[in-house]
Amino acid sequence: MLAFLTRRVLQIVPTLVLVSMLIFGLQQLLPGDPALIMAGEDRDPKVLAEIRHQYRLDEPIPVQYVYWMKGVLHGNLGESMRLKNSVGSLVAEKLPVTLQLAGMALLVALMIGIPAGIVSAVKKETLWDYGANIFALWGLSTPNFWLGILLIFLFSVTLNWLPASGYVMLSENWKESLATTVMPAFVLGNALAAVLMRHTRSAMLQAMGADYVRTARAKGLPEARVVLKHALRNAMTPVITLLALEFGALLSGAVLTEQIFSIPGFGKLIVDSVFNRDYAVVQGVVLITASTYIALNLLADIAYVLVNPRLRS
Amino acid sequence: MTAQATFSLEDRARGREDNPWARAWRRLCRRKGAMVALAVVVLLILVAVLAPWIAPYEPVATSFTTVRKAPSWAHWFGTDEVGRDVLSRVMFGARASLGAGLVSVGIAAGAGVPLGLLAGYAGGWIDVLLSRVVDAMLAIPFLILAITLSAFLGPSLSNAMIAIGVTATPVFIRLTRGQTLAAKVEDYVEAARAVGNPHWRIALRHVLPNIVPPLLVQASLAIAGAIIAEAALSFLGLGQQPPAPSWGSMLNTAQRFIAQAPWMAFWPGFAIFAAVLSFNLLGDGLRDALDPRHT
Repeated sequence: MLAFLTRRVLQIVPTLVLVSMLIFGLQQLLPGDPALIMAGEDRDPKVLAEIRHQYRLDEPIPVQYVYWMKGVLHGNLGESMRLKNSVGSLVAEKLPVTLQLAGMALLVALMIGIPAGIVSAVKKETLWDYGANIFALWGLSTPNFWLGILLIFLFSVTLNWLPASGYVMLSENWKESLATTVMPAFVLGNALAAVLMRHTRSAMLQAMGADYVRTARAKGLPEARVVLKHALRNAMTPVITLLALEFGALLSGAVLTEQIFSIPGFGKLIVDSVFNRDYAVVQGVVLITASTYIALNLLADIAYVLVNPRLRS
Repeated sequence: MTAQATFSLEDRARGREDNPWARAWRRLCRRKGAMVALAVVVLLILVAVLAPWIAPYEPVATSFTTVRKAPSWAHWFGTDEVGRDVLSRVMFGARASLGAGLVSVGIAAGAGVPLGLLAGYAGGWIDVLLSRVVDAMLAIPFLILAITLSAFLGPSLSNAMIAIGVTATPVFIRLTRGQTLAAKVEDYVEAARAVGNPHWRIALRHVLPNIVPPLLVQASLAIAGAIIAEAALSFLGLGQQPPAPSWGSMLNTAQRFIAQAPWMAFWPGFAIFAAVLSFNLLGDGLRDALDPRHT
């Protein structure tokens, strides 16, 4: 297990270095001189030279990259040109909002996707199965920004049940917090529920045909126990990995969902920074997202090996 | 297996040629969902191509006497905030969305397939380097990378296509590499090598044609993803620029008028849904038709 862990951790180092190079390289695609943007109206050559020196823009690109990485490794992701705040503190402020949204979306996806997948597999080729498959296709094909707008029209404009936009922190008022996030969480969790349903169905069908399920049935165990205890427990292993892999999709979805519902989270921070050409924030946020994704993949691999001892060799 | 054997006998009885592509096409024809999806895709392509001739109004023509009119005989899908006909804009919007889907997947496959073939066939340091780059690109969520790239390139439809194409490339590299690794140990590749074919010829004439089916399936599913991505970028203002119509930018505008004119949001969204659903169903159908072991 230790050898596996060491090998797997060593594998992610070059990936992380390449991710950082890729993110840093994106800035070089930028048309124009960042010093001119920072100087604003003031185009005094002395001021420009000072800015270039201060931000090390007068150094060769590889040297700039080394300085940036040195800062990153010391926990300094740079400073927002627009908000005059450190990227680290901006992330610390926005991340909990997105984590709450993503957590609720995950809950929605688990509550819909796994039961639908189980029912679809157990009642294979019945109306239940067809219904669940139609739901999965609907979930995979519906753009979440369209679903968001339709839900706002139904629940906010027509029925006046939920607020159309805004966000209240969980610690301030939990009822209002839930009211502002329930619709975005459903919008965000909808596609993930469809993916979960498909994978649970496929894994359950495989498990239901296995010898241990036949043995459990032969022992005369009730069907619910066979399905929920024997088949489901084994079918859940690939679903754990899937959840980690789908984290990226959840963050991508959060970018649009937060935009539609005006939620001041991580996704909105990315979009606002992109539009305001606040590149330090974009770089920092993308780097954190990619690193989290890589770390979650590592955790999923470890969890997979832990629950399946045959993989340890 | 039995179905295949029966099928083969039926074919022989009818004197059909035993061509794998013809067999796949016949299998695809048996899948009703995939055939309906194919019909919708063909219809959408026809609408996009023929839009200048079949659209009832000019897509950018404003009329202050018909601002936010509900669907009627004159305007089947209603009108928008400056009196433009929503149906005409949805028809012209198909050009941007389908064009973005096809062009960006063309870019992704055009770059990804040769690189994947190179990585899988050559192996060694080329494979290690390309695989690490692919891992790095896949670590950044699809839409976040597409947004960042298109923002850096500048907001326009063509830049959005490039951004989506570049973002989708790693998936094609990884798939092609995997398929090449599996194909290059097959007997027919060994035989081609034994008779003295050069490496480039083995890769292009023997390996590539045999890995086309999974790439076709991926292309169909990737078009669905690219249509959603283009709509998302246009929704955020990074794709098609106003007043030119695109389904995503129409939804962006419609969001502000959802209480007064919900039809402005319904139709472009439904068009995205129909296109994406069709390409997803077609991809599933192609997978079943081209790889019978999958079903």
